[in-house]
Amino acid sequence: MIKFEKFVLDNGLRVIVHEDRSTPMAVVDVMYDVGARDEDEEHTGFAHLFEHLMFGGSLHIESYDEPLQMAGGENNAYTTNDLTNYYLQLPAENIETAFWLESDRMCSLAFNENSLEVQRKVVMEEFKEQYLNKPYGDAWHMLRDLSYKVHPYKWMTIGKDLSHIENANLQEVKNFFFKHYTPSNAILTVAGNVSVEQIKQLAEKWFADIPAGEKYVRNIKQEPVQKEGRMMEVAEEVPLDALYKCWHIAGRLDRRYYLAEIITEILGGGASSRLFQSLVKEKQMFSNIECSHMGSIDPGLLYVDGKLMKGVTLETAENAIIVELEKMKSEMISKVELEKVKNKTESMLAFEDISLMNRANSLANYELLGDANLMNSELEIYQSITREEIMEECKRIFVDTNCSTLYYRSTVKE
Amino acid sequence: MPNRTIAPPIKDAIDFDIILKPCTRISLSNGTPVYYINDGAEEVAMIDFVFEAGNNYETKNGVAIATNNLVKNGTSSKDAFQITEFFEYYGAYLSRKCYNETASITLHCLAKHLKELLPVVRELITEAQFPEKELDIFKQNSIQRLSINLQKCDFVANRLIDEYLYGPEHPYGRVSTKSDIEAISRENLLSFYKQFYLNAKCRVFAAGKFPVDFEQLLEAHFGDLSLNEKVLPIMFSREMAIEKKHFIHNDKNGVQGAIRIGRPFPSREHPDFKKAIFLNTLFGGYFGSRLMGNIREDKGYTYGIHSYLENHVQESSWVVSTEAGKEVCQATIDEVYKEMELLREEPVNEEELLLVKNYMMGLNLGYIDGPFQIISRWKSLILNDLDENYFYDTLRVIKEITSEELLQLSNKYLVPEDFFELLVI
Repeated sequence: MIKFEKFVLDNGLRVIVHEDRSTPMAVVDVMYDVGARDEDEEHTGFAHLFEHLMFGGSLHIESYDEPLQMAGGENNAYTTNDLTNYYLQLPAENIETAFWLESDRMCSLAFNENSLEVQRKVVMEEFKEQYLNKPYGDAWHMLRDLSYKVHPYKWMTIGKDLSHIENANLQEVKNFFFKHYTPSNAILTVAGNVSVEQIKQLAEKWFADIPAGEKYVRNIKQEPVQKEGRMMEVAEEVPLDALYKCWHIAGRLDRRYYLAEIITEILGGGASSRLFQSLVKEKQMFSNIECSHMGSIDPGLLYVDGKLMKGVTLETAENAIIVELEKMKSEMISKVELEKVKNKTESMLAFEDISLMNRANSLANYELLGDANLMNSELEIYQSITREEIMEECKRIFVDTNCSTLYYRSTVKE
Repeated sequence: MPNRTIAPPIKDAIDFDIILKPCTRISLSNGTPVYYINDGAEEVAMIDFVFEAGNNYETKNGVAIATNNLVKNGTSSKDAFQITEFFEYYGAYLSRKCYNETASITLHCLAKHLKELLPVVRELITEAQFPEKELDIFKQNSIQRLSINLQKCDFVANRLIDEYLYGPEHPYGRVSTKSDIEAISRENLLSFYKQFYLNAKCRVFAAGKFPVDFEQLLEAHFGDLSLNEKVLPIMFSREMAIEKKHFIHNDKNGVQGAIRIGRPFPSREHPDFKKAIFLNTLFGGYFGSRLMGNIREDKGYTYGIHSYLENHVQESSWVVSTEAGKEVCQATIDEVYKEMELLREEPVNEEELLLVKNYMMGLNLGYIDGPFQIISRWKSLILNDLDENYFYDTLRVIKEITSEELLQLSNKYLVPEDFFELLVI
């Protein structure tokens, strides 16, 4: 049970405080409700590029990092398709430095042309490092594009194309900031050796005078139900054939999301999972296989991907996966299997809560979903899931018309 | 309305009193040392069995890691699936890691399940069988993974720079090839297991919220085993490459190059080591470092550039590492040497000096936050035959180091002629 208090400033900023007196540190997490799904299709990668620019100096503070480091702190940030999160850790005694820095960049950035110029290059190198200069690095670009025809999940956070980042200009940066980086679109979470009273005062002092701005109302076209199986093939200079399959699943707040989570665990969680045991250990068709899901807020994807053993064809390997999925639809999973997954979930949640940073981040995440207290009730949802529900959900998910498949062929001859 | 142009006052982190909480030390009746911290808010436990069984001790490439990895793939009474299923049923994770000196078997679980789980951990370290079939799958999959990794410039660069710095026969510089993996036999594993697990030098590190009978549990399951034998460290000599500059063309479609620039450095007992840790932080060891400031934040040549002192027991190396755009690789290398030159010629100003000091002290404060963090500090000291004085000396060096000392150190170590330089595209 993670205890916290929540209050809201007049400008709409939500503040969550989690006291932990056992640590000398404090964590400050500022989460903005904006991600790659809020981008325009012709200007993708922008939310993430913008995250980089948040460190290029704000209205009154030339550099974000230096004063924080001087106060003994450290920080980082990440962008997903759904949200952007900025987090830092510092000795609790210096917490006001964090309020000063975070509130100033919520007021306004410096909008520095040089910073944009440099960060464009940095992000392009990031793009190359993560997606271009790696075998199979472009697979997810293709899979998203294959699976989504309408919803902005069709592109990766890094962006669709290098040119989108290359072409970003300062006016777009400004527009983006004033549209999305408002107090009512943000959640401030403070955890560690602090008191609620102290945080109330600091939040009032540093954040209360930031204008509320115009409330951004998200209006994203949801993906229509997929009506036909989709298939794509590429041939590249990679050492091994690889197979990717994905299926649409329910959104984050749906009970069916938790079913999908359990299904991925049964199929791909750990070395005793079904796909690993059957296809890597017994049939030896894959040298590795994974099953997971995107964990997105809007309806996401459950996927299976693996590298094939030399000599196994993609068709044979795909059929072997389908056999395992058909079993999930026709035979109830065993009681022991379900208990195992529930026990793993319980233990995973307990380990996650060890780190102060994780606790702060989880609270912010759940608040963004609508209620920080979900953090404390989620285990109950998992515990209540039945074997019948799992089987029914498998029948809904694992149908051909809901599936996209990518054959990633190797052109390398031995 | 607050005055946003004035930074709030801070307490300099160098004025913090950082105390490394002691850990409980006991010996099982066979003499096996156990170090643990019983604390924490969550009902979780971690027990790390650290064996002197790293790849230093192998006489054939890849045997130490294969033994460590397959220790849970079959015992006299359980097959691989049963063992995995058993641990996973309790929501426990059993991980294995093989390093140069040590190899560990680590259990993470809810504390309430320790009683059920520990007997099976005992089984793994007394009755592992290394079935032929499991070894075959391990070998096949390792070879497949290797074939993918060898296409990545960073992977290739990491292997080669260590080979240049230590020599291809040295455990810190040795790499496994496809034919090495193919040559591993079940007999190799059985004999390595017998020598280094059944008659082991093992140390146990644990943290979490333990049941009252925790010590008795350990004693009951591990107190009678041969876990406190003498295993003599094997010393290797560094045989560095003769050529200093290397270029490898690995991927004709590559759009980035992996750059490694590294020099040999003594082990942590050397009087310069702690100071070098400080200088390294300033040079390339944190986000605000000279290398990041220049090569990422000013030039935009890379997504990240870092330098570090390798975490080895016998001897170390000082390495700069980055992936940069193919067309700016040479410019990146030039800038690295320019930053070395700056450190050799101009004293670090007081503000930057204080900033790095405060940053490092803040980091150290975070490093000892919570039982899991604290035990990992202790583990790192103990495995290097050090005690808490080393930890406090490190903090003292951070507090007291001067710009003159940094200048001297830079002139002694950040000398281009001593560095090996590698570019892999």
